[in-house]
Amino acid sequence: MHLLYMIFIDPFVQMGSAPDLLAQTLWEGLVGGMLYALIALGFVLIFKASGVFNFAQGIMVVFAALTFVGLNDVGLNAFLALGLTIVVMFGLAFAIERSVLRPLVNQPDIILFMATFGITYFLIGFGEFVFGGDPKVMETENLFLPKGSVTYHTLGGIVQLQKLDVAAVIVASVMVAGLAVFFSKTRIGRALRAVADSHSAALSVGISLEQIWVIVWFAAGLVALVTGIFWGARSDVSFALEIIALKALPVLILGGFTSIPGAIVGGLIIGVGEKLGEFYWGPLVGGGTDAWFAYVIALVFLLFRPQGLFGERIIERV
Amino acid sequence: MFYREAGQFKTDYASDQAVFPILQDRIGLAIIFVIALAIPLADNDFLTNAVMIPFLIFTLAAIGLNLLTGYTGLLSLGTGAFMGVGAYACYKLTSIFPNVNIIIWIITSGFFAAAVGAIFGLPSLRIKGFYLAIATLAAQFFLEWCFTHIPWLYNYNNSAAIEVPQRELFGIIVTGPRATPETRYYIVLAIVVVMTWLASNLVHGRIGRMWMAVRDMDIAAELMGIRLLPTKLLAFAVSSFYCGVAGAMLTFLWYGAAESTVFNINQSFTILFMIIIGGLGSLLGAYLGAALIFILPIILRFVPEKLGLPLHAATVEHVSFMITGVLIIFFLIAEPAGLARLWQVGKQKLRVWPFPY
Repeated sequence: MHLLYMIFIDPFVQMGSAPDLLAQTLWEGLVGGMLYALIALGFVLIFKASGVFNFAQGIMVVFAALTFVGLNDVGLNAFLALGLTIVVMFGLAFAIERSVLRPLVNQPDIILFMATFGITYFLIGFGEFVFGGDPKVMETENLFLPKGSVTYHTLGGIVQLQKLDVAAVIVASVMVAGLAVFFSKTRIGRALRAVADSHSAALSVGISLEQIWVIVWFAAGLVALVTGIFWGARSDVSFALEIIALKALPVLILGGFTSIPGAIVGGLIIGVGEKLGEFYWGPLVGGGTDAWFAYVIALVFLLFRPQGLFGERIIERV
Repeated sequence: MFYREAGQFKTDYASDQAVFPILQDRIGLAIIFVIALAIPLADNDFLTNAVMIPFLIFTLAAIGLNLLTGYTGLLSLGTGAFMGVGAYACYKLTSIFPNVNIIIWIITSGFFAAAVGAIFGLPSLRIKGFYLAIATLAAQFFLEWCFTHIPWLYNYNNSAAIEVPQRELFGIIVTGPRATPETRYYIVLAIVVVMTWLASNLVHGRIGRMWMAVRDMDIAAELMGIRLLPTKLLAFAVSSFYCGVAGAMLTFLWYGAAESTVFNINQSFTILFMIIIGGLGSLLGAYLGAALIFILPIILRFVPEKLGLPLHAATVEHVSFMITGVLIIFFLIAEPAGLARLWQVGKQKLRVWPFPY
């Protein structure tokens, strides 16, 4: 009886009695969730256009952030470093298309999935080889990103927002809106949606698959760069970020592999659910639940809706 | 020229259905056995302890995952955790019943892993492909969390790690720090050989055919009268059994002590690499894949030293990472069906050699 009370009643009593803590937890969950959503967005972009489940997205985030920090450390102006990093990400997209995707065209999904593991290994080795393996500090002042925090006295207590998090939310929203416009209004965006629908049909109307792939991987690289900058600013830039990128996978399940809005909503649900679960229910089982909470949400969700929130309905024929 | 089956007639059904129908294959296998038995005689502890024992253990885990992913078509990323279940189960069993033969507990711990695997295999009825892979990630992270947050599993000791106690078998020390590499090697070899033989019989029989039917198309398999849930759960259970035994051996016969980090997500990925590089749906592939993925970094680490290049240890580590990545991509482009397929092609070439057709 006491256990049931602890599980079903007590957390809600806590939420009601301290709404400021609840608001703070919700906000932190939203910010964390938005970063998951950004990583998931990179996955979705590539999966939609090339059908590749890009395991390397997480390491691309780390690699982009490392390149930016590394160039900045050499003494380059922050914006010059940013520009150069964008060039590097384009080069990476081009190289991946040439050396991995093109020779492996028409192979089963799992082979392409495995090839992205190869890319992951290569980028880990290359990143550490060039920039060293030790964690680096992301200096965001050079990019005119605000620092510090603002405090509101509401809800009978204090709610503290990091200015950087607010900036992250704004930049991410702008970027997602920009991508949405790009994909729905421009010629390349339409070509991309055609490729997503059917590779062969797109080829037959004269769309170059190779070109689209480079563009998509480059777009995913840009998303990775933005994610890397904000994530790096919250903690250090190190290869430990890679494991966090795995959190984007349950986000994909919630949102569906092919839906951009799904990635965003899924990310926010996972972020908030994880924080609330850890804060209110975590202590009951000894804490550390955020290591698996997201996956279990996704697992339970899968049992009822296998195609995700916004995914296309799966129809199977013999 | 030498590898040709001309003159080898099959006069009964048994010889027609043999796993190795060609005499040369059987001779080759016998030679490999002799070499495997003779390896400890080389008196090279590094070779026995740091190369052969882990190679065989990873092979067993790769066979386990191959039964699930290669034969049944269910992608799993929870291999590391299932290995962990085996290791922790074996540890608990041998601390509760210290007098029972340790080999029995290593095998029995596989059944615990099988039960856990079957539970986490339940979603496989509704989902497949990458969705299932992510569902098995739930198993991976949840079980890993259990290994650190349930102190009962590691007997409430302060290090939160499992320390392998010393156990004897017929008066010979087989586990613990005082066991010789030779003893451990022979035990690992025996278990891996027997379990490979069992797996071979399994996949060549009715169960294996059911698995392969499900892999090729599960709806079609269902229409043919294969019940999907039992078949898929059986695949999960058998696969986890193999992984569990491999995990128990990894801890008891190689590391000697293990923390939960040994069974983390990277372990799962490593095993998955092995079967994809080696060849999905091939037992030989498990061996070849394990050899390539496990032994390659070891060799890469020694190359600069032998060449006399004065490289920093960290640099060698990074470069070997890069080379591994490049080689994975290279092998996938050269032969997406894996090293086992490469061997098949080579065999065909050998049969007609020296003539082109």
